[in-house]
Amino acid sequence: MKNGWRNSTFKVNFYSWLFLLPSLIFLTIFTFYPILKTIYQSFFQSMQGEHDSVFIGLDNYKYLMEDEVFWEVIKNNIWYALGTVPTSIILAMMMACFVNAKIRAKSWIRTFFFYPTVIPTIAIANIWLFIYTPGYGLINHILSWFGIGSVNFLGQSETVMAAMIVMIVWKQAGYFMIFYLAGLQNIPTNLYEVAKIEGTSAWNTFKTITFPLLMPTTLFVFIISLTNAFKLVDHIIVMTQGGPNNASNLLLYYIYQVAFRFWDKGLASALTVIMLMIMVIIAVIQFFSLDRKIHYS
Amino acid sequence: MYFLALLWVIPLLWLIWTAIRPSQLATSLSFSVDFTLDNFIDAWQKAPFAQYYLNTFYIVFGILIVQLITATLAAYVFARLNFWGKKVIFILILVQLMIPIDVLIFPNYNVLRDLSLLNTKLGIMIPYFATAFGIFLLRQRFKSVPYELEEVAKLEGCGILETIWKVYVPLAKPTYIAFGLVSVSYHWSSFLWPLIVTDSAQNRPLTVGLSLFAQSFETGAQWAEVSAATFMVIFPLLLAFFIFQKEFISSFMQSGIK
Repeated sequence: MKNGWRNSTFKVNFYSWLFLLPSLIFLTIFTFYPILKTIYQSFFQSMQGEHDSVFIGLDNYKYLMEDEVFWEVIKNNIWYALGTVPTSIILAMMMACFVNAKIRAKSWIRTFFFYPTVIPTIAIANIWLFIYTPGYGLINHILSWFGIGSVNFLGQSETVMAAMIVMIVWKQAGYFMIFYLAGLQNIPTNLYEVAKIEGTSAWNTFKTITFPLLMPTTLFVFIISLTNAFKLVDHIIVMTQGGPNNASNLLLYYIYQVAFRFWDKGLASALTVIMLMIMVIIAVIQFFSLDRKIHYS
Repeated sequence: MYFLALLWVIPLLWLIWTAIRPSQLATSLSFSVDFTLDNFIDAWQKAPFAQYYLNTFYIVFGILIVQLITATLAAYVFARLNFWGKKVIFILILVQLMIPIDVLIFPNYNVLRDLSLLNTKLGIMIPYFATAFGIFLLRQRFKSVPYELEEVAKLEGCGILETIWKVYVPLAKPTYIAFGLVSVSYHWSSFLWPLIVTDSAQNRPLTVGLSLFAQSFETGAQWAEVSAATFMVIFPLLLAFFIFQKEFISSFMQSGIK
């Protein structure tokens, strides 16, 4: 009987660690180490280019607590998440139900909804920057047909956030629609047949069968869109640079400003730590919702 | 809902429309039959788009190739072997799923600086060489491969690498395609990270090049040319999407069932 390499524990351990090494090296250098270093650095006062960092304890954090811009940024990010997450989810569900039903040109419609996902956000930002332009942008053109004056969507603090939200929902909804389509496939059709026989209205069918059975997908999509709301700021960079007056500033963009415009390393680290805490909170939500998912099925 | 679908296409149509109209007419909605390719030609000449294309290809496929290697090896280990520290390492890898690299732009920039990799294509690529997402996808797939196949390979005298290559890799082809599509579209679109890492056209990808081009007009934007440039940047992705629609859609679907 051949004593294969598998039976030797030393060999198994050796190969395991050997094969894991490449992934572990990169993970350590670009995820674990940066996280630790940034936590450490957040307790220091240091500017880029200076050699000495001064230990200042929690002063960076204290500064942030009193920083108007910081609170504006957090408030903006929360509103932004509130605007993009439920809207994308609801639209995606509607799109999926629509595409799943017996409709004409099903494959075209699905493409029309999904294609924004494959376009880089920066390109989307350019497209919508033009759409929103006062005067000759597409929207203002149409408004002028109705005799409405030109609206500067990106230049006013009241409308800029809404404008961003509309654009991002346009990009995301089709992506989430795909997950709902997969979810819909998993619902046994006999459930619908029973509902039909019992004469249940379409709305009630949706409420009692479709929506609950799509809950795992909804949780999944919820986490992704929530994470996106914090980690995607490409459009802010090109369209508004956080303005007007920080009305469209988001946490990651603020980190970018503090780190690469103001070159304040200590403060940028503190901000990053706060961002990390938010990511952990989202992960904890995901962990607990996964638990409930297991109980559901 | 049909109307909604139409609404969804309008931005793309508007982009193409603006790109093929002569630039003076870009700001008016007149429906004359004046079409031109000048905007594309001008945009191509005004910025080194060819270089940007090359860089993007290099970066995106470079990342993918390394990811495939690191993820396959790690996935096999998690799927089939029991080793000291397995649980701990597994949890550590979960961390990367929890904390997207995108939020670590500042500390990673410092790491690159310490490694003297700033303003290089390798610098752009290297944080992404390990992929927790890839490891999980492949591990799932490898676990479903019948163990007998591996035993047959061993009997034929295959070492561990050969076994992986001959047995596991071919059976995981759909997973590789799914992962490949997700990885390529993510990195093709990546903007913030390459923006802070690169300084020169030699290393810039399309996304950064496009935004610099759009900002390079002093008196507002020359929308016709910017639209043409934008279209040139997204065209390969749109084309790939049209051709591989089914694969794209099913790969994004699969990536959800993790």
